[in-house]
Amino acid sequence: MLPEAIEAMTEQLGQVGNASSLHAAGRRARRVVEESRESIADALGARPSEVVFTSGGTEADNLALKGLYWARAPRRRVLVSSVEHHGVLDPAHWLADTQGAQVELLPVDELGRVRPDALRAAIDRDPGDVALVSVMWANNEVGTVQPVHVLAAVARDHGIPFHTDAVQAVGQLPVSFAASGADAVTVSGHKIGGPVGVGALLLARGLTPVPVQHGGGQERDVRSGTLDAPAIAGFAAAVRIAVKEQESQRLRLAELRDDLIRRVREAVPDVVLNGDPDERLPGNAHFSFPGCEGDALLMLLDAKGVECSTGSACSAGVAQPSHVLLAMGADAVSARGSLRFSLGHTSTRDDVDRLVEVLPAAVERARRAGLG
Amino acid sequence: MGLRVLAAMSGGVDSAVAAARIAEAGHDVTGVHLALSANPQSHRTGARGCCTIEDSRDARRAADVIGIPFYIWDMAERFQRDVVEDFVAEYAAGRTPNPCLRCNEKIKFAAVLDRALALGFDAVATGHHARLVDGVLSRSVDQAKDQSYVLGVLTREQLSHAIFPLGDSTKAEVREEAARRGLTVADKPDSHDICFIADGDTRGFLSARLGAAEGPIVDQSGEVVGSHQGAHGFTVGQRKGLRIDRPAADGRPRYVLSIEPVSNTVTVGPRSALEVTTITCGRPVWNGPSSHDDLTVQLRAHGEVYGCRFEETGDGLRVELDRPATGVAAGQAAVLYSGATVIGSATITHAA
Repeated sequence: MLPEAIEAMTEQLGQVGNASSLHAAGRRARRVVEESRESIADALGARPSEVVFTSGGTEADNLALKGLYWARAPRRRVLVSSVEHHGVLDPAHWLADTQGAQVELLPVDELGRVRPDALRAAIDRDPGDVALVSVMWANNEVGTVQPVHVLAAVARDHGIPFHTDAVQAVGQLPVSFAASGADAVTVSGHKIGGPVGVGALLLARGLTPVPVQHGGGQERDVRSGTLDAPAIAGFAAAVRIAVKEQESQRLRLAELRDDLIRRVREAVPDVVLNGDPDERLPGNAHFSFPGCEGDALLMLLDAKGVECSTGSACSAGVAQPSHVLLAMGADAVSARGSLRFSLGHTSTRDDVDRLVEVLPAAVERARRAGLG
Repeated sequence: MGLRVLAAMSGGVDSAVAAARIAEAGHDVTGVHLALSANPQSHRTGARGCCTIEDSRDARRAADVIGIPFYIWDMAERFQRDVVEDFVAEYAAGRTPNPCLRCNEKIKFAAVLDRALALGFDAVATGHHARLVDGVLSRSVDQAKDQSYVLGVLTREQLSHAIFPLGDSTKAEVREEAARRGLTVADKPDSHDICFIADGDTRGFLSARLGAAEGPIVDQSGEVVGSHQGAHGFTVGQRKGLRIDRPAADGRPRYVLSIEPVSNTVTVGPRSALEVTTITCGRPVWNGPSSHDDLTVQLRAHGEVYGCRFEETGDGLRVELDRPATGVAAGQAAVLYSGATVIGSATITHAA
């Protein structure tokens, strides 16, 4: 966590008061919450009333998907990109399995982008029956940034609510709710140096999803539950700093990342960079290493002090080929041989040096061990 | 600097303590849980099964307490092919396989060991109750928990890369040590039975795969005394579940004497006819010292031990027991010991 976020949060931890109460302690807590709301709204190009606090990105995604689907009944079509995070994909599949939704996965090209004409064509098949569209702002695995403004405009032409999960984007890219044209945007605290367990759904006024969680009617009656004033204060501090430093951070990380990509390609000539080479998150480098199993390579690099990650694992922890890479047209074997290197505010040139120093031997060894 | 050791961690108490001991001894240890089931169940029920999601979490939790890196290796395909399908095929051929032994031979000390060596590890450690000193395998000090039998099929080469840190301890000591080390699996029930048959219904498992095929049950004279729904549902020495209507002439219980898969015939007879003294074996593996002092043979897991003599016969082995054994099934391993030390093993093909 950022020191400023820790400070803002800990300052509140000793205070009592329920932000919904009328007494003095309640008023004090409410002031903290509302000032945080205003600060977050200001940083993300939204109005304060458009900030709906949640317990994090997953809850915000669930509220957008389920809530908007129910609110838009009897429309049944749910259009989501095939490269979404599970926070979006799983509620969509649940809607299909249990709520009668007809979920359609929007295809992506080989760089992982949803083409606006693909969205238009999907909507045009039966525009009146589309409940919502959800396409993430930037992909968490391969780093590809989606043309969300264009996609949102396509949905808007048909009066269809457009949701985007911007958990990866805040702090790395300019994110303005108003300018994006989206109706609902998911943001989260812990990805930007804020506390875990807090996030928000930026939600256009006039849009009223059916609540997933019913109760005391907090947050526009859309998300009930006593607000966590300390976490919200920490979240607001993190958003403020992430947005303020976004441009300088982007420049620094992109330079570091481009250096990493160039040197990894020198060290392992047949490596394949996945995702959009230009429109990508500044801190993301994602590669396929032909002939290697990602898991084996990860273990060898970890033993040398380099931390990276493979795609997703099933509930038992067995590595699964990434649905993102498969959607981009990769075969299961090359999908399993893929690794992501993420750079953030603590990353330095020394980290890249270390990676490039140990990578060739690790790749060599992983190739000898084969594809298991 | 010690060895680079891969500790196979099932999620049970034995492998957790084994990993903790070698890490404490100064080796560079990495924990690996083997995912053996393509569709793992989320919870274990009772003592049975070892392929659940809960087990992989228990293993990870233990690795975190010990302070070692932890990974999950997907061995489901190899396990299905080399252990589960082999198990079914052996039953179909009228033999009685031991899948735990096959798993050690083909998975833990073959597929896993090969991969570990390729990735730069020196050895694979497991929580088996057996002693291994300078590559020589012998029985655990805990006679009741001794697992040298299911390791007796390993070659010298395989044993040279194996570490069994628990052979000098009893199970009770291992559990105490787990509790002392803060390993929460300390009081987890022992696993037994066949891990990939979650409900313990081996006959049902085999019937689902081999189908039902009605065939005769005959006595030693060849007279048909009953019928069965598939010879694979029987094991030599079995008494229960024969469902023969007519009692034997002498009124004594009848046992399965032999299974003939081609004619789908199960032969039954009195207990005395089960007694054998000559065991013929194939596929011998010599993995221990050549000492023949105090020679004994064990014919099934946790089974009785018999004094014996043996001679090599071309590509096999003939073992003469000092006293008769019963219920000796083809497909099981005969593991030869000199005292407590394993000298070799072979697969039983025939007993008379």
